Amino acid sequence: MTEHEHIKLPEGSIEKTTTTLNLGPTHPATHGVFQNILELDGERIVSAEQTVGYIHRAFEKLAERRPLYQVTPLTDRLNYCSAPINNMGWHLTCEKLLGIKTPKRVDYLRVIIMELARIADHLICNSIVGVDTGAYTGFLYVMQYRELIYEIWEEICGSRLTTNIGRIGGFERNFNDIAFQKLEKFLKEYPRVLQEFINLFERNRIFMERTQGTGAISADRALNYSFTGPNLRAAGVDYDVRVHTPYSSYEDFQFNIPVGTTGDNYDRWQVRNAEMWESLRIIEQAYQKVQEFKGAEADVYHADVPEYYLPEKEDVYAKMEALIWHFKIVMGETKIPVGEVYHCVEGANGELGFYLISDGGRTPYRLHFRRPCFIYYQAFEELTKGSMLSDAIVTLSSLNLIAGEMDA
Amino acid sequence: MALTNDRIKERLITKFGDQVSGFAEPYGMLTFEAPKEINLKVLNFLYDDEELKFRFLTDLQAVHYPDQKGTELAVVYHLHNLADNVRIRFKVFTDMNKPDVYTATGLFSGANWMERETYDFFGVNFVGHPNLKRILNVEEMDYFPMRKEYPLEDQTRVDKDDEMFGRG
Repeated sequence: MTEHEHIKLPEGSIEKTTTTLNLGPTHPATHGVFQNILELDGERIVSAEQTVGYIHRAFEKLAERRPLYQVTPLTDRLNYCSAPINNMGWHLTCEKLLGIKTPKRVDYLRVIIMELARIADHLICNSIVGVDTGAYTGFLYVMQYRELIYEIWEEICGSRLTTNIGRIGGFERNFNDIAFQKLEKFLKEYPRVLQEFINLFERNRIFMERTQGTGAISADRALNYSFTGPNLRAAGVDYDVRVHTPYSSYEDFQFNIPVGTTGDNYDRWQVRNAEMWESLRIIEQAYQKVQEFKGAEADVYHADVPEYYLPEKEDVYAKMEALIWHFKIVMGETKIPVGEVYHCVEGANGELGFYLISDGGRTPYRLHFRRPCFIYYQAFEELTKGSMLSDAIVTLSSLNLIAGEMDA
Repeated sequence: MALTNDRIKERLITKFGDQVSGFAEPYGMLTFEAPKEINLKVLNFLYDDEELKFRFLTDLQAVHYPDQKGTELAVVYHLHNLADNVRIRFKVFTDMNKPDVYTATGLFSGANWMERETYDFFGVNFVGHPNLKRILNVEEMDYFPMRKEYPLEDQTRVDKDDEMFGRG
């Protein structure tokens, strides 16, 4: 006689027919610290409750004690797959508050970096969708090109993942020849690799069956859930911050906004691939424009704003004025206007907004990040209700949820 | 004709009279405020009006102004009209002792977590919210950390045991 037979349910109680499954927070398939408490009927999801906040680091509170430059490293750690977009989004917000106009060459260089970041981010997301449907090859294959992107960043700012790239008004140094050589290599080799990556999945029967019709959301619901970025565009709404509210001279470039129709995992995947092609087009145009600058203009890499742009380190050691500016900027003693500003950029996974209130003090009075992932994840239950457990995993990765951004 | 800030202001004043106030345009974005009792009426009007069509909630958060007695907390809505590509900012102020504001979840599903986050950090009680509980902080927390009366730790304090922080 087994122990099991002794279990007696209390009189009148109904035996629970569903299973509770704790998916995450540390599960290999969740790609980050996400917890989902799933109620399963067999393999079908009856309800899902998400818990977030496992890596909450109180960035908004910390930012209230930091001068503008010290906030940049915090933004690195939001969506760490495309940190330069966050850095530049923050610098652009500061520039808007301070009324700084950047030279065209700076804008174009920023566009190159931001589009590289978008490609790096989409690469991760799309190849992870592949991994979750059982295809590891694509992921490993494209990683070497993310590596190349990281090497380009490394030439420019010295770091790879959490880049802390750029300054208010431009870049800390001009792009060197190696950076441009690597960029050329990337532009030459990457299209073939992306095409191969797409060929591997696009008409792959297993991949299509796993992704088509799963995790779908209609355009109306997506708008109601405040979706932005590729997830909204996959549902068929052509909203893109780069086009609607151009920043950093995006209006100078020709590119399309790819849209899907069904808003399911397959469309999200397709939209991201199409966006990578568009990003390549933008980078090519921007690179061409950068090469067209001649003479003194070709060496411009920051705006002339000594009050906010950190002086060269060499000068800080040798010149009195540079030392004073350096000290004032680092300590947040330069004049900052009173005002409130909302600025948004098209982050790799949606509209990344910065709501900054300045009371004229040395630090922001209030800073709020509009984090697209945080907003997507609440729709997860609606996206997965009634679907299979394995579809929920694919949906989770195709939404491009980044725990660092979600928990701020 | 494109929707201008002046036109939005005109429509709002026609509808709500002097209840909407504080119009300003910092950095080009129309900003205004209304009493917290009519926040849903204003949001509904902005949503339903055939001309205004502010049907996209970009962001929702709160700000704490400890010096404004009686209106310490501001709840800020950023709304977007995607058809005409116009953004506006709408604020309601509330007393910190009775921080009740009607929830916008009936209108925007996306407001659910944004309001939970606002509650979590500022203690704004969104009346009618389906699931108003903490989201990023631990459930056991008994204060609202983004309020200004909770300062960050003193950076010069020396009473910490360095060994516990890997600095020993």
